[in-house]
Amino acid sequence: MQFLLRRLVFYLVALWAAISLNFLIPRLMPGDPVLLLVARLQGQVDPRAIAALRLQFGLNANSSMWSQYVNYLSNLLHGDLGTSIAYFPSSVAEVIGLGLKWTMILVGVSAILSFFIGTLLGTIAAWRRGSWFDTTLSPLLTFFSAIPYFWLALIVLYILGFLLKWFPLTGAYSLDLEPGFSGPFILSAIYHAILPAATIVISSMAGWMLGMRNAMLTTLAEDYVLMAQAKGLSERRVMITYAARNAILPNITGFALSLGFVVGGALLTEIVFSYPGLGYILLQAVQSDDFPLMQGIFLMIAIAVLGANFLADVCYVVLDPRVRQER
Amino acid sequence: MAIKQRDAQASFQGQQGVGALRADEGIRAELLRRLAKRRANLSLFRSVKIRIGLGILGFFVLLAIFGPVFVHQDPQAFSSDVLSPPSAAHWMGTTQTGQDVFAQVIDGTRMTLLVGFAVGALATFLSVVIGLTAGYFGGVVDELISLVINVFLVIPALPLTIVLAGYIPVRGPLPVAVVISLTGWAWGARVLRAQTMSLRKREFVEAARASGESTFRIIFAEILTNELAIVASSLIFTIIYAIFSEVGLEFLGLSDVTVTSWGNMLFWATNNQALLLGAWWWIVPPGLCIALLGAGLAFTNNGIDELTNPRLRDASRG
Repeated sequence: MQFLLRRLVFYLVALWAAISLNFLIPRLMPGDPVLLLVARLQGQVDPRAIAALRLQFGLNANSSMWSQYVNYLSNLLHGDLGTSIAYFPSSVAEVIGLGLKWTMILVGVSAILSFFIGTLLGTIAAWRRGSWFDTTLSPLLTFFSAIPYFWLALIVLYILGFLLKWFPLTGAYSLDLEPGFSGPFILSAIYHAILPAATIVISSMAGWMLGMRNAMLTTLAEDYVLMAQAKGLSERRVMITYAARNAILPNITGFALSLGFVVGGALLTEIVFSYPGLGYILLQAVQSDDFPLMQGIFLMIAIAVLGANFLADVCYVVLDPRVRQER
Repeated sequence: MAIKQRDAQASFQGQQGVGALRADEGIRAELLRRLAKRRANLSLFRSVKIRIGLGILGFFVLLAIFGPVFVHQDPQAFSSDVLSPPSAAHWMGTTQTGQDVFAQVIDGTRMTLLVGFAVGALATFLSVVIGLTAGYFGGVVDELISLVINVFLVIPALPLTIVLAGYIPVRGPLPVAVVISLTGWAWGARVLRAQTMSLRKREFVEAARASGESTFRIIFAEILTNELAIVASSLIFTIIYAIFSEVGLEFLGLSDVTVTSWGNMLFWATNNQALLLGAWWWIVPPGLCIALLGAGLAFTNNGIDELTNPRLRDASRG
């Protein structure tokens, strides 16, 4: 319990740091980018959007940095992330709400899939170290992990979507279906998600596989593994419940830490597939210098990643009795 | 008591030494030869992975330095050959405005590597300073710095980098490099801090402290030189991270899009719907180069890991 409490405090500190960075970045940049943006947008967008922007970044009031900060925090607590420029007059919270669920499902499912497949492959590779399985798979996956997610997405989209026409080219569901909890809609959503998810899984699998393989090699040298083999237990049982079970802990810490990286890659993947998640919205934000939207997305992703990290810590406590007994 | 024991040990070793002198010189030579062989086994270039990795890396470095000398074509020059597939005249085809893809890939190597290496150097410098300071001093200093390191590790880097790069009034390779360095130092700092903590109680550090060396010298001359393998590994890891982030930011159009680099090539290609026009030759070369370069760096990194962790090394040998 104490361990979880400590972690919770840490994540709250991290969250506060993310929020404060978000507040400070526009105010500490040289040459006042917000002022430049307001000047550039004059006459191009709705004057009310500019007014909202001025208000959000404290350009109107001669208030002190501190009172701006307090104001900013209180707005955040009320779920007010400002007004979007690209999607004016929608608020940033509304725009993000549209994309968040798609990203959460896509990234969540593919990260977990990739973790399990990668860990399993790593276990087998370490068990059969030196075999063709190990010696071909490890370098192959290293190569795959060196491919930028979005480029793999481009290639996959070109071959399987454009040339072979097996999968749709854009979107998250067929547009002639009414979104809702109906069979055809869910099937269509899954059909549209296969390519983006496969891209993320293939690109992110290698890290977990190599991590698991290295940890397994250390546990395989332990006496209890030898003992289990001497007892004549089945190969699968020794591999999974004796060796893998003890090697998986560092990989779970790794899962939490690399999640931020996977999310970054997934955002770019979404852009390639025109998948209507946060990545796609992020591109719109970047293209129209929509700073409030960019910052809102950063904050949302930070919260999601911190939350997932905390869940991984809970798993850690469940899996590792030493942490539970620590007083 | 302690002195007596040491004396006894010394005299014992002395006898051994005399014995060894008397023994056949052939054994001595054999021992030396074995020792040399073991050293050679441990040296960098014995590892196949490191050789492949450094080979790939060296190829791209040479390409970056000398490539533009041999390819005289201006990578940004327009021509009337629009979107033509690879041919003898254009080895990798042309873009929608008739630019030569081959010339762009060669020229782009320079900028991509430059940013990658610059970030690697800058971020590794930050992680060395921060990690060693935390690890050496311990206590409150360590607690505070560790907190900052861990916070930077859990905050998703790419979205933060995008926000930072978006706000910078000037767009270009230099701001991109600075921004990536600011978000990419934490991993190395964490690894170096852990290693420094285990080194700071070692005898050679105590000896340096006793002989009155300055703290600065102890940290950066005594301790740092003893963890150079980890610094190298973290440098390579950071360069991989840097190239990935750089390409990602350029793909989003957050760098100077008129500069020729692999990421910018992909930006223009996707913005011009290259795939839907069937122009795979515009997309494949830059991405393949990134993947090859990244794989080369990753192989080097794995190779160094195997050198420092004998268990992994023996496993890979089968």
